[in-house]
Amino acid sequence: MEELLKVNDVSMIFGGLRAVSNFTMEINKGELVGLIGPNGAGKTTAFNMLTGVYEPSEGEITFEGKRVNGKKPYQVTAMGMARTFQNIRLFSELSVIDNVKIAYNMHIQYSLAEAVCRFGRYFNEEEAVTKKAIELLKIFKLDRYKDEMAKNLPYGEQRRLEIARALATEPKLLLLDEPAAGMNPQETHELMEMIRWIRKEFDLSVLLIEHDMSLVMGVCERIYVLEYGFCIANGLPEEIKHNKRVIEAYLGEEVS
Amino acid sequence: MDMGSFAQQFAQQLINGISLGSIYALIALGYTMIYGIIKLINFAHGDIYMLGAYMGFVATTMLGLSFVPALIFAMVAAGIAGIIIERVAYRPMRNAPRIAILITAIGVSFFLEYGMILIATPQPRTFPAIFEASVFNFYGLIVNSQQILILVISLVLMAGLTYIVNHTKVGKAMRAVSFDADAARLMGIDIDKIISMTFALGSSLAAAAGVLVGVYYNSIDPLMGMMPGLKAFIAAVLGGIGIIPGAMLGGVIMGIVEAMVSGFFSSTFRDAASFVILILILLYRPSGILGKNIKEKV
Amino acid sequence: MNSIKKHDLATLGACAVLFAIVQTLLFVDFIGPFWELNIILILINVILSVSLNLINGYTGQFSIGHAGFLAVGAYTGAIVTVKLGLPFELALVVGTLCSALLGFLIGLPTLRLNGDYLAIATLGLGEIIRICILNIEYVGGASGLMGIPRFTTFAWAFWITVFIIFVIKNFKNSAPGRCCLAIRENEIAAETMGIDTTKYKVMAFTIGAGFAGTAGVLFAHYFYIAHPASFTFMRSFDILTMVVLGGLGSMTGAITGAVLLTAISAVLAEYPEWRMVIYSLTLIILMINRPQGLFGSKELSLKMFRLGGSNSGRATESK
Repeated sequence: MEELLKVNDVSMIFGGLRAVSNFTMEINKGELVGLIGPNGAGKTTAFNMLTGVYEPSEGEITFEGKRVNGKKPYQVTAMGMARTFQNIRLFSELSVIDNVKIAYNMHIQYSLAEAVCRFGRYFNEEEAVTKKAIELLKIFKLDRYKDEMAKNLPYGEQRRLEIARALATEPKLLLLDEPAAGMNPQETHELMEMIRWIRKEFDLSVLLIEHDMSLVMGVCERIYVLEYGFCIANGLPEEIKHNKRVIEAYLGEEVS
Repeated sequence: MDMGSFAQQFAQQLINGISLGSIYALIALGYTMIYGIIKLINFAHGDIYMLGAYMGFVATTMLGLSFVPALIFAMVAAGIAGIIIERVAYRPMRNAPRIAILITAIGVSFFLEYGMILIATPQPRTFPAIFEASVFNFYGLIVNSQQILILVISLVLMAGLTYIVNHTKVGKAMRAVSFDADAARLMGIDIDKIISMTFALGSSLAAAAGVLVGVYYNSIDPLMGMMPGLKAFIAAVLGGIGIIPGAMLGGVIMGIVEAMVSGFFSSTFRDAASFVILILILLYRPSGILGKNIKEKV
Repeated sequence: MNSIKKHDLATLGACAVLFAIVQTLLFVDFIGPFWELNIILILINVILSVSLNLINGYTGQFSIGHAGFLAVGAYTGAIVTVKLGLPFELALVVGTLCSALLGFLIGLPTLRLNGDYLAIATLGLGEIIRICILNIEYVGGASGLMGIPRFTTFAWAFWITVFIIFVIKNFKNSAPGRCCLAIRENEIAAETMGIDTTKYKVMAFTIGAGFAGTAGVLFAHYFYIAHPASFTFMRSFDILTMVVLGGLGSMTGAITGAVLLTAISAVLAEYPEWRMVIYSLTLIILMINRPQGLFGSKELSLKMFRLGGSNSGRATESK
């Protein structure tokens, strides 16, 4: 299997606090990997290191062989990693279609002069971007909301928009930060289907953070488990389900 | 300039600077306390300082009070003014966008300035000589007894404030609200009262500074609060906005730097020096000397 | 011809009509010098307001030192005509470019600050610029630069204003403009979506500063003199108020705010002592009761005058 992302012995230290310690992970092309752990385990910190929001204090992250450490988030996105956020970070006052068009920004070639004077490539590229955006919205059944302000969408729709927007950056690896948060079992089930379908349709790999075990067990091919910043287990879902250490971490020592 | 007179000039400016710095510190404390508690840059604070000076003027000329009673009068009057301003202009804006509150604060500032011009005319007023200045001469260094007064009063007030903030229930509540207003509310703290209290304290300190300046420089005018207000604000940022010892430290540093620039270079660039400090601090250490760098949680 | 182009032409046509009317009235002296002065002042303030709106409203950056750029434009433009004896057109270009350059140099280091810190930094920088000008003898120091020929006419002011409005409007409706809006909405998300936020913040700042400089050249060449006292923080605050009053993020709002506040100032000019008191009271009351300003971040969206384009949100209030 072709290796896509390699996280090598990475740590994140904030002053006296080790949020993540000696974390090692690989993701191969086309894989669906999960990152789980109790609250405060360091999962979102790990995401933030992968996407350039934080620079790892120790260790190295490489994507397609290229070093990620120290890159700014927009550079990481250009490399091919996109993410969604735990607390939805949509551009609330902008329209749904604009949220997506903005994510297509990397593909726009026209210059500032062409934009302001409206000649040359401006009209063609604007049209192209709008078309692509509408198509993407159609796939996610959001096209009827296209001119609506993002903040007016129902919660489930907002979550879908987050994902659609991330996909507009045409990533090779999609990082989903608690995509099922606030969803009922029916919606979670649909989300599972969607994630599998996205992987196939867009030919990408997925890494997701999640608390909902049915989603994780149902969709992930491999799972990493964090606790207090350390990776305490990794492997197939069946192995993780029965791993004593993992059960202890989630439910406390007495239960196991 | 030979070494001897350089050292003398340096020491002289140091003395002047500490005096000036104490004034800035007193004003800066109000800025920092108010920012700490409601995250507002109270642009009108410099005008409270001006108001205090005028209250002192009223107390000494029309009420015939001597120095200490006039000082107390001015501090109380300004404290009340601060409470009123907070209640009328800032409290309704608790949930408004930041820039709107900032504009309101600037509006209050202009209102105070031009209101005072309307009431008291733009002409500077002379503060009566209620504290006779005697000049001491230590080896060629000139120390004015009024400078000593400024230093002493400032220290007393700052000590008083530190005591209130660190050793009283009210102070503890103030600190709690500045950390996390919602949590404080849940603990049963009356947020509104604490915020009013903060404004009252900050305003009274600024007023004390105003009276001291009136005594020392003898002249007060409605626009006297603009520059010192701005500089005191920079002092608060320099020390670490929201941090009380920071305001004191920042104030003194600003005063000393200003005195040095004035004494060794030119007084026209005096004001620019303050702004340059501001820019440097913001570029290299925005959280201030005593501040901590807090990363935004993503 | 596609609909965007049609709308643009219609708007331009309407502007031409407006211009013709006012110009004729000026020509036949129906509009006297007092009102001409105020009309030109309104136009200059509109430029300042929409250029600040680009920075504060569209990109969400807290800049309150705009008078500094106004000053740089005024002085550099005046140097070109008065000291170098070169034509007005060149002064306009030079003034704009100098302010833009300054905006760029200032923006690069300071735009990584956020919120209140950026505000204070820009305030400080505006003051530093003014103090520096105060101390430069070549441009008159504390007495100001005098003897600036009156090259600014209604025609110049009007068409430059229209041009700037069009440029900013087109900017907003293009990819770089959308990036700026994204930065305003959620800077972290914008970075994550592949936007180099520093680049766009500096871009908006530079353009905004440049146009403030243009306004400065127009200003100096109407009022015969460039004086440091015209470029204090008070001026920056005036401009900021116009933008916020009209609604941060709304071009229509910025224009309306500029027109309204200049008009109010003109009316109150008769009562100087009361002017500032009334002005500040009005401001406070307005902010308490409608902090989002007159238009919020929406644009007036009449079929003919589509200033906003697709990404301005509906003009109706959505809950």
